[in-house]
This record gives sequence, structure tokens and C-alpha cells, in this order.
Amino acid sequence: MSGAAVEISGPPVPRERERARHPFARFVVRRLAQGVVTLLVASVVIFLATSVIPGSPATSILGHSANPQAVRVLDHRLGYDKPVTTRYVDWLGHLAHGSLGNSAILLAQGAPKAPVWPTIRSPLANSVTLALVTTLFLIPISLTLGVIAGVKSGRWPDHVISVMSLVFVALPEFVVATILVAVFFVALDLLPPVSVIAPGEWALTNPKVLVLPVLTLLAVSVAWTVRLVRVGTIEVLKSDYVQTARLHGISEPKVLRRYVLRNSLAPSIQIFALSVQYLFGGVIITEVVFGYPGIGKQLVDAVNSHDTSVIQAIALVLATIYILINIFADLLVVLLVPKLRTQL
Amino acid sequence: MNDHGPALKVTDLTVVLESGRPVVEHVDLELAPRETLGLVGESGSGKTTTGYALLGFARPGMRIASGEVQIGSESIALHDEKAARRLRGRVVSHVPQDPATSLNPALRVTAALADMRAGGATSSWVTDSLTRVQLPATREFGRRFPHELSGGQQQRVLIACALANEPPLLVLDEPTTGLDVVTQARILDEIARLRDQREVAMVYVSHDLAVVAQVADRIAVMYGGIVVEQGPTSELLSRPRHPYTRGLVSSIPDHRVRKVVRGIPGVAVGIADRPDGCPFAPRCPQVVPACSAGVPELASDGVRSVRCIRADQTPPLSSLENTSGSRPADAATLLSVEGLRVAHHGRGTTVVAAEDISFEVRVGECVALVGESGSGKTTIARAIAGLHPPDGGRMSLGGEELAGAVRGRSRELRRRCQMVFQNPYESLNPRRRVIDEVARPARLLRGMSGRDARAEAERLLERVRLPAGIGRRFPTELSGGERQRIAIARALAAAPSLLICDEITSALDVSVQAAVIELLTELRRDLSLSLVFITHSLPVVASLADRVLILHDGQICEEGSVEQVFQTPRHERTQQLLQAAPAMSDLVETTGGGAQQLPASSR
Amino acid sequence: MTLLIAVLVIALFGPFLTPNDPAAIVGAPGTGPGAGHALGLDYLGRDVLTRVLWGGRSVIWLSLAATALCFAIGLAIGLTAGYAGGIIDPVLMRTVDVVLCFPPLLFFLLVATSVGTSQLTLIVGVAIVLSPGMARIVYSATKETATRGYVEAAVMRGESTPSILRREILPNILPPVIANLGLLVTFSILLIAAVNFLGIGIQPPAANWALMISENRPIVSINVWATLAPAAMLAALTIGVNLVGDAFSHTLGRTETIAEAVATPAGPATPSFSPTEVT
Repeated sequence: MSGAAVEISGPPVPRERERARHPFARFVVRRLAQGVVTLLVASVVIFLATSVIPGSPATSILGHSANPQAVRVLDHRLGYDKPVTTRYVDWLGHLAHGSLGNSAILLAQGAPKAPVWPTIRSPLANSVTLALVTTLFLIPISLTLGVIAGVKSGRWPDHVISVMSLVFVALPEFVVATILVAVFFVALDLLPPVSVIAPGEWALTNPKVLVLPVLTLLAVSVAWTVRLVRVGTIEVLKSDYVQTARLHGISEPKVLRRYVLRNSLAPSIQIFALSVQYLFGGVIITEVVFGYPGIGKQLVDAVNSHDTSVIQAIALVLATIYILINIFADLLVVLLVPKLRTQL
Repeated sequence: MNDHGPALKVTDLTVVLESGRPVVEHVDLELAPRETLGLVGESGSGKTTTGYALLGFARPGMRIASGEVQIGSESIALHDEKAARRLRGRVVSHVPQDPATSLNPALRVTAALADMRAGGATSSWVTDSLTRVQLPATREFGRRFPHELSGGQQQRVLIACALANEPPLLVLDEPTTGLDVVTQARILDEIARLRDQREVAMVYVSHDLAVVAQVADRIAVMYGGIVVEQGPTSELLSRPRHPYTRGLVSSIPDHRVRKVVRGIPGVAVGIADRPDGCPFAPRCPQVVPACSAGVPELASDGVRSVRCIRADQTPPLSSLENTSGSRPADAATLLSVEGLRVAHHGRGTTVVAAEDISFEVRVGECVALVGESGSGKTTIARAIAGLHPPDGGRMSLGGEELAGAVRGRSRELRRRCQMVFQNPYESLNPRRRVIDEVARPARLLRGMSGRDARAEAERLLERVRLPAGIGRRFPTELSGGERQRIAIARALAAAPSLLICDEITSALDVSVQAAVIELLTELRRDLSLSLVFITHSLPVVASLADRVLILHDGQICEEGSVEQVFQTPRHERTQQLLQAAPAMSDLVETTGGGAQQLPASSR
Repeated sequence: MTLLIAVLVIALFGPFLTPNDPAAIVGAPGTGPGAGHALGLDYLGRDVLTRVLWGGRSVIWLSLAATALCFAIGLAIGLTAGYAGGIIDPVLMRTVDVVLCFPPLLFFLLVATSVGTSQLTLIVGVAIVLSPGMARIVYSATKETATRGYVEAAVMRGESTPSILRREILPNILPPVIANLGLLVTFSILLIAAVNFLGIGIQPPAANWALMISENRPIVSINVWATLAPAAMLAALTIGVNLVGDAFSHTLGRTETIAEAVATPAGPATPSFSPTEVT
């Protein structure tokens, strides 16, 4: 009886292995298309949210006691006198041409032309820097702590790590920030409580300014990530193949390396993607607390001053980043987990 | 390897829970080199724990309290985990139960094998290993990941892994449970071949006595944490000395002999409620008060050993013929299925599960639908039940047309057609008391008042031989066999004419399965109930059904009365299935009785 | 850990001791920290201690309201999508995914610009933002339960859909859902606090811990307690809730948490049905 005989049941073995290339490419395309659709829907939401204001934007900017004539002029310049759907299509059209519209505030202040992009370019860079620096520390720290907690589950390292993470997850960033400021500034006077960076200057030129914001962001995101990594590691440790490997007499270090870590990496990627997304969200509060000139702070300022175009622009940029991270994570997971590739 | 003395000798193995309560007690096993010992038991018997203990492994929550194992020339105290760990892979090796989840999904075949070889592996060694378990030794195959292998192939890889370091002892933990019958037969052949060719002794742990009988030279039967009987296979099966062994052998259906299966009354004991004294005493037909005094001593005559103070009173096996096949040929047709076509509609793809299915079920008849997973049998059953509307064909019950979806059927039709599901652990609402669950169909479909419905439910629970007072309990407190009976009672509460049983015994222990089969046979007789019985097991068909339909890939290969199909199978697929299904009758020499013998096809 | 629970539950109920304190906010002139007031005065000259004692109520009741609403929304969406299947399922769940792809605060700010910042908006907004997590949990629990034998038996009996949802499915999905309630409350408090910090939803001169932290930042070097005290209280609240919630879910058995439900992509990692398993 030859082993090459076809077994009656079991998963179909892919006959043509060359097809492995094309499904992946198609998957990438499909995922990008999904992303674009999501982005469109998101843009609708953003646009609606910012345009359904009682009264016109010009009114809220210039105030109620403003000269009606000035209001009409500004409205016209903002294109507000057109119906909603036209405005939306115009907006999309502008986007397609790479323009993010004009800042309502600057227009109101009399500037002839006030494109939004230059005003958010530098803050965007600052925010990205903040997020990236945090991520740089986040991944190794949480991976290490999470795996340790998972492997030593039930014993004291796990207890310590778990309780700590439970505590930090619950802390709002501004609370952490406040406490850090109290410690490092008030008590020790080591670090500045407010990040002073000249507009246009890059944050990295004055690294001291980054320390507290990064620590704040790390405190919460590490806690969160560690918990998920820990759970993932415990799941893998409980699996049949780890037990089989142990029963086969494979040494414990080897089991950890090849059987546990290898297989907990893939789910961890999803977790890290989420964390990075979270960072971009958490960035808002942190920037406000420290006065760090990033797009988070700019967003809040824009909200307070009713500068709709800026709000729309920043919201769109953030949503795009979110979606891109999602797509990237999905692709990475499929790349790393061989099993998923055959299901494409 | 020299043949001096036994290859394996286990003395006084005891495994306890953390709390001290024993799981496995005083187990002694002996095995000659190149011999295979079958370790048989049902759920809760402790066989799996014993199997693991041979590797010095205790599952979380348990601990090996005592025990010494002598393998070849080495002697290890099993409670010393560190010492035991050194044995693994080298002296004792393990083949796990579920091949799909036991291989590292991130490692290719070659890597997985190489990992096992102490001291590194050359590629020629890898090719060699693959060939020895009859797997293609090509580069392409070696580069596959586990999910690209079929179940049988995965299991062979695991066997190759286990044999990597040529250990003198192999412990196999139900290695064929997850596989279909034909693949199982092939793996069993493989294991038999290994036994003959290589110098390895094997302990084969399983709940399936029929399967074990194919490969084992000796069998040890476990119940309630102790070994109740041990001896050479054919002797043990033909003349069991322990009442439990006798009960077990009597409960195993066989497709070669249409015998009546008998279940063992009562429920298997879990770890928590083992009685003092003989664990089998509460269910034993030959129990005396002395049995509860203490665990019986082991009586051995050098070849066989039994733990029973009344072993000499155990009656011989009797073989009764299954006479339920006498149905008047002119009974009315109850269910008629014509040209049924059922498909699964996914996103953009349609997979046809079953096509051109036509058959009839007469009043009081039991028709079995047999096939492997993927054959479409479950889908057909669900279509008849109204849970999966068909794409084509017609169905009628008692002359009335059956709508494809349950919603489209009249209350009367819904009442007459009832179903019992496969998984007993998921077929009862865990938040509802048993009595309410069983009473519900009576209320809804027969319009009974609350009080009447509950009275009816009590009556039915008694009918299915469940103890009084079980109605007040919740399903989570009950065993699989009890739950399945409750599910049957619930179906009966509607006073149906047709009962669809979807693999209702697949998840149950053999003796429990036999009890359910006994119950169904009785119910058929008393209530003129018709059954559509879905199963993948031919032996079960032989003990229960009148007619059988063999399904493969969504089509009917063969149909006819059970005698016809089993005696003179015409389709190739049927022949394959008949050959592959394990049959104990080859090994059992029964005394007396007029067993209707179906000719054994050569294996 | 049980000890911590007890201690922090007390912190939770601290705010409700405040009615004992007369006159909520005392508008005293001057801004210096005083010896007569245990925690000094805030940037407007108000007594920090009093304000701290009063500051928890709004945060708590807003979060509870938001949580309740979120629970209702998530339950409704998850149950419908999970049980109905067909076209409703993907439509609902994709919508959920879209909401998920916004940073919560961002969504909030968008809403704030358009609809204003009343307390009602706050509650509804937070509920909407947090409901995807709940919806996902309810959805997967419903999908899993819907395939069980007893549900199919009920279908075969011809029970109506509302009856099935109510009697068979709902009671059996509650354990994992309730286990996540603690986490939900925690997130809700965090989000509401963050929003309050930014000045949304609360009108000065109301006493609110988050707002106090924000207001008193400029004088942090003068009277650190003005910011630190409310911060500590807020931290105690959130940590306490989280610990209780976590212990609660542990006793109910380990099931998927909201964090994990959000982490599982509904995309490629979910395999499309495989026909071999169904027959």
C-alpha cells in the first residue's frame, strides 16, 4: 500500500502550488479596495459631522454681532452658500487634486488664500515623531513583559506584571501626565512641563521635550499591549502541539523558541497594530496636556475655533492613517501565517 | 534489543489530584518486547491519565504519587518528573490523539521531524523516516506545512516523529479517533506493520475495544481508575472474567454479526464519586455486599489477571440475534423523498452537498444514512427536518407535502417530524430545568396545558429510563448519555411519527451508545416510530436499522436492506467501508446462540 | 487583590459622602494655598478639598448612563446581526467596523463641533463610540449559540423569533457579555474624563475632577494639590472599577474580552465556510 494513494478525506491539498502567488496579489488589491471604501464612508461621516452646524460657519467664526455683509462674504469664500451635496463633491474634488481646502480662520482674518496643508504639515510630522518614538519603545518592552507574564503564568512575575498592567490600563493619560509632571517638574525640576517647540522646528532637535509625553503614552499603551500579548502567549502554551513537543522530550528552551514564540508572533502583530492606532488617538490628549505642537492639539484648537476645514482635513488624515495601519497589519499577518494563505 | 524479560513493567502506579483524591490506583502493567498492549476504558476510567503517566507526565491539577516503571534495562521512579523527562523521546515516546492540532503550524514537515532527532538530523535520515511510514520522501512533501496534509498524513508524520529516536516503547493515545473509517484502517495497518517490523513495544490507549482488538496482543481493561482485567486479546474477548469486561464486549455492535447490543445499566463514575470498594459495584449484575468492602485484590494466573471476588461466577457471552428486521412489507409509506438536491450558498460560490436523493421510509421502519464527513448525510437530514431548505426535489410526510423551511410547515407537520442532535452537550438549554425543556414541545405542538405537559414530560423521562427527580436538575450536572436520553424524551414529547437522529451516539461511550440503541429499538417497537438514523458507523447500522443508504460525495451509492447490502455489497465504496470497519467477531468465539453470521470478507 | 477591591470600592462611594459637606463651592477670593484649607485653594480661590469631594458625581453618573446606553445599543446590534444573518449581518457589522476605525476622541470632537456639547450629546456620543466593542462580543456569542442543538430544536418547534431570542439565546450569551461590563464601565469613565478634560460636556463652575485637573494646570507649581488631588481620585476610581471588573470576569470564567474582540479583524483571518465541515 503506497502512501502516495489519495486519502479519501481531509483538506484538499493544493495541486498547483504556483497559484500561491496570485491569490496574495489579489488579496492585497481587495484589501486596498476595502480600505478605500471605508475611507470614503469615513469621509462622508466626517463631512456630515462638520457641516451640520446650525447657522453658517462664518457666523460662528465672526460672532453673532458681526457685520452681516462680512458674514456673507466669508460664507461665499468658504463656499458655504452651496447645497450640502455639492459641497461634498467639491471637497472630494479638491482632495483628488491634492488640496485640503482653505482654513476658515485664516480666511476670516483677511488672508487672500490660506491652504490648510502647510499649516498641518509640521504638526503632523511632530505627531508622527511622537508616535514612532513611542512605538520604538513599546514593541520590545511589551513583547518582553507579555511573554514573561505568559510563560510564568500564575507565579509571582506574572502577578506583578498583571496587576501593574491592570492599574495602568485604567489610568487616563492626563492623569498619568499630571502625576509625571508633578514628579519630574514640581518635585525634581528635571523636565519641562510644557513642550516648547518653535513652529517649523523638528521635535527631535530638543529631545528633552519628548520624554514626558512619550512616558505618558507608554504608560497606558504598554499596559494594554502587555495584557493581550500575555493572553496570546498563554493560549499558545496550552495548545496541543506544545504539549506534544514536550512529551517528545524536546528541551524546554527549544520549545519556547520554536513552538511558543513563533506562533504567538502572528496574533501579536494585530495587537501592535491596534496599539499604534491607539497611540494616534491618545496623542490628542497628551499633546494638549503638554502643549506639544502636534495635530492633536491643532485639532482641539480647531474645534474650539470652529475652523471646519482644518477639522475636516485633520480628521481625514487621522482616519487614513488608521485604515492604513489596519491594512498593513492584515497583510503582515497573512504573510507570516502560512495557513491563512491557502484560504485566500 | 534482547528479549530478556518484559519490555515494560509498571508497578503500583498511582496518580492523584492535587487534593489527594486518586485518579488512577495501583496499576500494574506488563508487556513483552515487540508486544502491543491495549489499554481500554470509557470516559473517566483513567486510561488516558495512565498513558501519560508512562511518560512521567501528569496533567495540570494532577500529580504522580507513586509508581515505578522498568523499560528494558532502565528503571525509573515515575514521580520523579525530572528523571522521567529524560526518558521522553528516547526511551518512551508518544503519539497524540488529534493530529491536526498536535503539529506546530509554523514548522514544515522536514523541520518537525528534524526537531525530534536527538543529536541533529541529516536530510537522508529525514527521507528515510518518511519512507518508513509510507509517506512520499520528496522535497516537495517535506516542505509542506501541517495544514497542507490530510489527517492520515499528519498522523503518519507524528508516528515518524515518535519513532525518531528508536524508543523501545511507544504510547499511542487514541491515534485514530479523529480520522474517518477508511483512514483509520490504513493507520491501523501501519501500526500493525510497525509492530511486526520494528523492535518497539506499544501501549495503545483507546475507548474503542473493536479497534484495539485489531492491533493488540494483550488487553488491559480499566474502570474507575483501576485495571479490572488483563489478558491476551482473543481470550479476554471470548471469555471475559470481569463483569464489566463482559458488559463492554456485549455492548459493542458488529456489522458481521447482527447481534443485539446490551448497554450497562447506570452511569459511569467520575473521579469525584467513586465508591469505596469496587468501583463497578453500583452497576454490577453479580454484586454482593462484600464487594463494597474494599477494592478487590488482583487474582492472577500468570497469563490473565482479574480484580473481582466473584470472577468465577461471570456467565459466558451470549449472542442473541437481532430479530427486529421483521417488518411487514406492506406497511404504509411515511416519508417520501424524491430527487432532493441540497446546496450551501456562500459568497459567490455554491457547493452542492447532496444531489438526486430519493428514498422512502415506511411506518415503523429504521432507515440508516451512512457516509463519511462530506458525504452529505447531515445536510440531507437537516433538509428533511426543515432546517436547511433544499434547492430541488420534493419531500412528503404521511402524504402531505413538506415545505423546505420549518416556518412553512403546519403545526401538525412540525409535530410529526422531530430531531435529535449529535452533540449532547449542546442540545439542551443549560439555563432551563430538564422538565421544562422536555415539556415545551408538548405545550407548543400538542396544545397541552402547563400541568399536563409537565406530567407528560415526567412520564417520558421515566420511559427513557432516567432516574426519578432528574427533571428538577439542570443539564450541566448530567452526563452525555443522560443528556442524550433527555433529548430523545424531548423529541418524543411531540408524539412524532418520524424521528431523525443525527449521529446521536458518536459522542458517547460504547456502553452508553448500546443503551441508547436498546432504547430506540424498544421505542420503535412500542410506538411504531420511524427512524432516519444518520451515522458513519456500519456496526451501529447493523444493530439498529432495517434498510441502509450508503452516501458518498452527496450521492447514493447503494441502498437496500441491511442484510442485502452487508452481505452482497455492489458498490466499490460500500465494499471499502465494510472492509475498513473494525469487527470483533473475527476474534470472538461465541458459545451457543444462533448468531446470524454474515460472511467475513478478507482483510 | 480582594483587598484592593474593597479599598477602591470605598473610593467609588466617596463622592456620595459629599452631601455631608455644606455649600458645594465656596467662591472665596484670592488664589494662594492656605493653611486653613487642607488642600489649599484652586486657581479661582475655591477650596480644593470641597471641590474634590464633589467632583466625582458628574463623572460617575455620566459614565453609568453612557454604559447603559452602550450596552443597549451593542446588544441590539449584536443580537440582530448574529441571529438574522443574511444581508443584515454584513451590513450591520461593516457599519460597526467603520465606527471602529475612528479614534474615539476624534469621533467625539467631530460630533462636538456639529451638534454642540450638552450632556445628552456626551452620553449618546460616548455610547455610540464604545458600542462596537460590545456589539462584537454580543455578535460572536450570538453566532455561536445560534448553532446549538437547543436553538435548532426551538426552531423546529416553530417558535417565533422574538421568543427564541428571549428564551434560548439571550440567557446563554449573558455570561460573556456581563463579564465585560466592568471593562466597558472603565472605558466609559476614561473617555468621559478625557472629554471633560477638554472642557466638553461640563460647564464651569461645576466641580468635576477631570476639569479641575485641566483648569489648575497653570498653577501646578504654586499649589500642586489642586491638580494632584483630583488626579489621584480619578485614578482611584478608574483603577478600582477596573480591578473589580477584572475580578468579576475571572469568576465568570475566562471569555473573550472587549479588547480581544476589537483586536480580531473581521477580515482575512476569518476563514470563509468550508463545505467539508458542514456535512
